[in-house]
Amino acid sequence: MVDKLVPDIAAALDGIPDGATIAISGFGNAGNPTDLVHGLIDQGAAGLTVINNNAGNGHVGLAALLEAERVAKMICSFPRSRDPVVFESLYRAGKIALETVPQGTLAERIRIAGVGIGGFYTPTSVGTPLAEGKEERVIDGRRMVLETPLHADYALIKAWKADRWGNLFYRRAARNFAPMMAMAARTTIVQVQHIVDLGEIEPENVMTPGIFVDRVVHIPVPTDENALHDAEQAARKAGEKQ
Amino acid sequence: MSAHGLNGRSRADTAARIAADIPDGSYVNLGIGAPELVANFVPEGREIIFHSENGILGMGPSPNDNEIDWELVNAGKKPVTLVPGSSLFDSADSFGMIRGQHLDYCVLGAFQVSARGDLANWLTNADDAIPAVGGAMDLGAGARNVIVFTDHCTRSGAPKIVDSCSYPLTTVGTVTAVYTDLCVIDITAEGLVVRELVDGVSFADLQNVTGAPLTLPS
Repeated sequence: MVDKLVPDIAAALDGIPDGATIAISGFGNAGNPTDLVHGLIDQGAAGLTVINNNAGNGHVGLAALLEAERVAKMICSFPRSRDPVVFESLYRAGKIALETVPQGTLAERIRIAGVGIGGFYTPTSVGTPLAEGKEERVIDGRRMVLETPLHADYALIKAWKADRWGNLFYRRAARNFAPMMAMAARTTIVQVQHIVDLGEIEPENVMTPGIFVDRVVHIPVPTDENALHDAEQAARKAGEKQ
Repeated sequence: MSAHGLNGRSRADTAARIAADIPDGSYVNLGIGAPELVANFVPEGREIIFHSENGILGMGPSPNDNEIDWELVNAGKKPVTLVPGSSLFDSADSFGMIRGQHLDYCVLGAFQVSARGDLANWLTNADDAIPAVGGAMDLGAGARNVIVFTDHCTRSGAPKIVDSCSYPLTTVGTVTAVYTDLCVIDITAEGLVVRELVDGVSFADLQNVTGAPLTLPS
């Protein structure tokens, strides 16, 4: 019997070693697996390379993982946010490496890693500092640069519904990077709000087929990172006043 | 009055001017910040489909406070809504739309634009600047028409339209038109062609606050 459900976050994150490359889905709060990220802090792995569109906000979620100094390198498109204080201070102190990748190139490098393609030529970044050192060709009359796959050892993603085979359904704009990260990682770990019976997600509506998923943990009420950030900021301000 | 000393139009008026030029039925991506204003000025009777890089076609306006859904945000991570007919997809498909030249227009902000249509809008030359590009390079390279929405000069009065950008580039030669508080400029094979001046600004005034040669349409 195929059953990818695991009992809790500790089981979901079991075995992640130091030095692993971890792809984390999400765009703002949408599709952000905050509970798995907080679990990773408790789990203890360090020296990580993290792939995410951003580099954390405030002192919660990914920013908390960074602040715990578990991340040696960030690969992202936009290491800024409403409150990027943690990443910026680590970066300026030379405590974290950064690889900036244009967002569409990031998505496609992750996708091709998952589908067995060894590279692609893209017009994005041609003639800019991000193309330095990359092979360039003219294809169909457009200048293009060669980009290579971006593999991950683990993906941490969030979905709305899953069944025990690991078929996933995402809600609203929470899909973003999750489908390609699920494909690109050797082990894909999903936190999901609703566990449903096999067949309950209409086959046509399965957005990530279970073949790309390894472990599913049920988190019916996920941490709201925005709310946590606001509460944390309020507590900090109250602390400063005392 | 701005640092250039000329009486320009407001950002809202520039946004409305851009909206007036986007034809019915266009697929459009608006960059974060001032470009977002363009959505407020779509002329009556025109159907424009807004794209958001994080996986939305048919993006609607901001929700009421009691309708905020943090799983439905725009590129600036602010809550938005969906219009009837909208669709949702992943980041690879979303940037496929962009890179694959399916978007009719994108509207981007700028630090500098060059006379040959180079755009610099992601990184300054400051020693401690952290390189953050987001989707700007994809949009600048992929949309069929790349419109720049910017103040004509910086806050200190320096021209933003220049012969050659001194900041790191976002894209090379892809900007098609620039809309500022003072004018509309088309970027053509022959260089910068002033399509329109705002009332009260002369061609000579404009040339004085522009860092590259301008021409009038022949």
